[in-house]
Amino acid sequence: MDVILFAITAAVALIGAIAMLVARNAVHSALFLLLNFAAIAVLFLLLQSPFLFAIQLTVYAGAIMVLFLFVVMLLGAERVEDTPDRIAWQRPLALGLGAALVAVAVVSVLRGAWEVPPGGEAAATFGDPAQLGALLFTNYLLPFQVTGIILLVAVVGVAVLNQRGRTTSTVKRAPSGD
Amino acid sequence: MESLQIPPVDLRLLTPLLIVVGWAGALLLIDVFFVPDGRKKITGYLAIAGLAVAGLAGIPLWNLSGSTFSGMLVLDRYSLALTWIFLIAGALSIAVALDYLPRHAIEQGEYYPLIMFAVGGMILMAQSADLITLFLGIELLSITLYILTGFAYPRVASEEAGMKYLVLGAFAAGFFVYGIALIFGATGATSLAGIAAYLGRQPFAPQEETLFLAGASLVLIGFSFKIALVPFHMWTPDVYEGSPTPVAAFMSVGTKGAALAALLRVTLALEEAQTFWLPILAVLAAATMILGNLGALGQSNLKRMLAYSSIGHAGYILLGIMVAAERGAEAFLFYILAYTLTNLGAFGVLIALEQRGEAAWSIDDFAGLYQRRPLLAVAMALFMFSLAGVPPTAGFMGKFFIFTAAYAGGLGWLVLIGVLTSAIAAYYYLRVVVKMFMQEPVREVRPELTRGLNTEILIAGVATLILGLLPTPIVLLVERSLVALGG
Repeated sequence: MDVILFAITAAVALIGAIAMLVARNAVHSALFLLLNFAAIAVLFLLLQSPFLFAIQLTVYAGAIMVLFLFVVMLLGAERVEDTPDRIAWQRPLALGLGAALVAVAVVSVLRGAWEVPPGGEAAATFGDPAQLGALLFTNYLLPFQVTGIILLVAVVGVAVLNQRGRTTSTVKRAPSGD
Repeated sequence: MESLQIPPVDLRLLTPLLIVVGWAGALLLIDVFFVPDGRKKITGYLAIAGLAVAGLAGIPLWNLSGSTFSGMLVLDRYSLALTWIFLIAGALSIAVALDYLPRHAIEQGEYYPLIMFAVGGMILMAQSADLITLFLGIELLSITLYILTGFAYPRVASEEAGMKYLVLGAFAAGFFVYGIALIFGATGATSLAGIAAYLGRQPFAPQEETLFLAGASLVLIGFSFKIALVPFHMWTPDVYEGSPTPVAAFMSVGTKGAALAALLRVTLALEEAQTFWLPILAVLAAATMILGNLGALGQSNLKRMLAYSSIGHAGYILLGIMVAAERGAEAFLFYILAYTLTNLGAFGVLIALEQRGEAAWSIDDFAGLYQRRPLLAVAMALFMFSLAGVPPTAGFMGKFFIFTAAYAGGLGWLVLIGVLTSAIAAYYYLRVVVKMFMQEPVREVRPELTRGLNTEILIAGVATLILGLLPTPIVLLVERSLVALGG
């Protein structure tokens, strides 16, 4: 049962990824990426990580992709013009690196990387939202708060960088880096 | 469900940090609601007052030490001394900006709270005993600086610098986080104490620690970027040149100082793995000293020259970190203090010469400064001597302590490179002095000295001299500040 479910979701994820690459319209690309994210979320569920599933859906599919679509439509950048690649060595390099990644993945699968190492069995409560929440409010209380301050600074930054260009409308930058 | 047990929290240990961050948050609101446009200087004065209060609040903590928040933050004299240095750097950066911002028509009240948030990030880095809080401190500092770098709207160079810094900084942050993840995978801990315990359980054998070493290397790359060590320094000249000069001044002493301070703590925790990181840091330090100073040689733009010079100085400071376990940590603290004051002073003079719409950063603009503004020229000469390491200035004592500590620690060849590159550096620093005192002005540059700027240059100049002439009290203070730093 698991294998069938996995095969279906994996196929959907792959199709989404490939379709995103070949789509000529940026909006279509974004929507295909959304499909890919949703499929990956289901994969997380199959791996018994309900929390990652929810995060993947709400944060990536929900927030980030919506923002992405919004920006693409706002800028009217749906259409890709057929301009020749400015950096000629970029495409071969990307292909080469991609091939290397696939090779590494194949080799590690062939060498048995999927077998659980001794003692590596995850605890039943691993990735449990309640536990994560408890950790955030106990051991990681301080990082949690500091993250809040960082977000505050980022929001202030958006306001500052936009405000100064009040007369023009050229400012399109988000100040958070990662 | 059982109730959560929040581990005991001792907020006393965080007093300066809490005051700085809390006051910055409050100041944002005060600035919006109570400070009228055009009188934003008030916000600046309030920010300086907040930093001063935080500094005073740190005094009773001198005899206190301990850790809190599950050992993520520590308070010791080392972190407290750094906190004071950072508070001084923040306050002086605000003082030089008070008149700079309106003169360039880029005044916004948020500038001052943002500097305070950056200082908060730096204090967090100095107090961190855990890679997670360390990373968050770096990010708090960096995100603030991305904003401040792009502050000089509509100057395109500022936009470009902000963008460059953001992209490269995000990249470096990625390295850092990935490194933390790998270290956690290898050691099962993100706390420095936990990592040290892991390394201490058996003699260090590099071939068995691939995962840990990969993580440590990535973390080191993240650090190198923030400190601008060669070869991760490419962004520095462009970003310094593009950002508003007070921000460049703050960055040159702030980011560097905080990142180096955190690096010192991390290397102390990784002492067992010294055979791994010591050669790497040695090569980085050598390359940084050589290329930083050589790069400065060809610059006719003083802002870029100071950028390269700051790269070179990071190399010297790195020597202190490498022998931190012996007497290096003391030399490190002294050097940071000396460099902070001197460099802020030099940038202060640069700001005095800078006018709206046209930058007077060319070295020719300094020609004949002595005839027009003798005191300003003397101050600049003092800062240049100190950066070059000429006695009797703070820079000389700093270099002296660093080099003797490094020599005693067995880094003779690095000391040799350090002395040779200092000689090279003397050329471009003294060139400025020669221009100011011995040449006729090429064009009319009218320095604008205002109260904030005057005060800043005066404080920096006097401190540079005192540190050089009477270093003993400061050295004693620094020595005492390291009693508790066991690693």
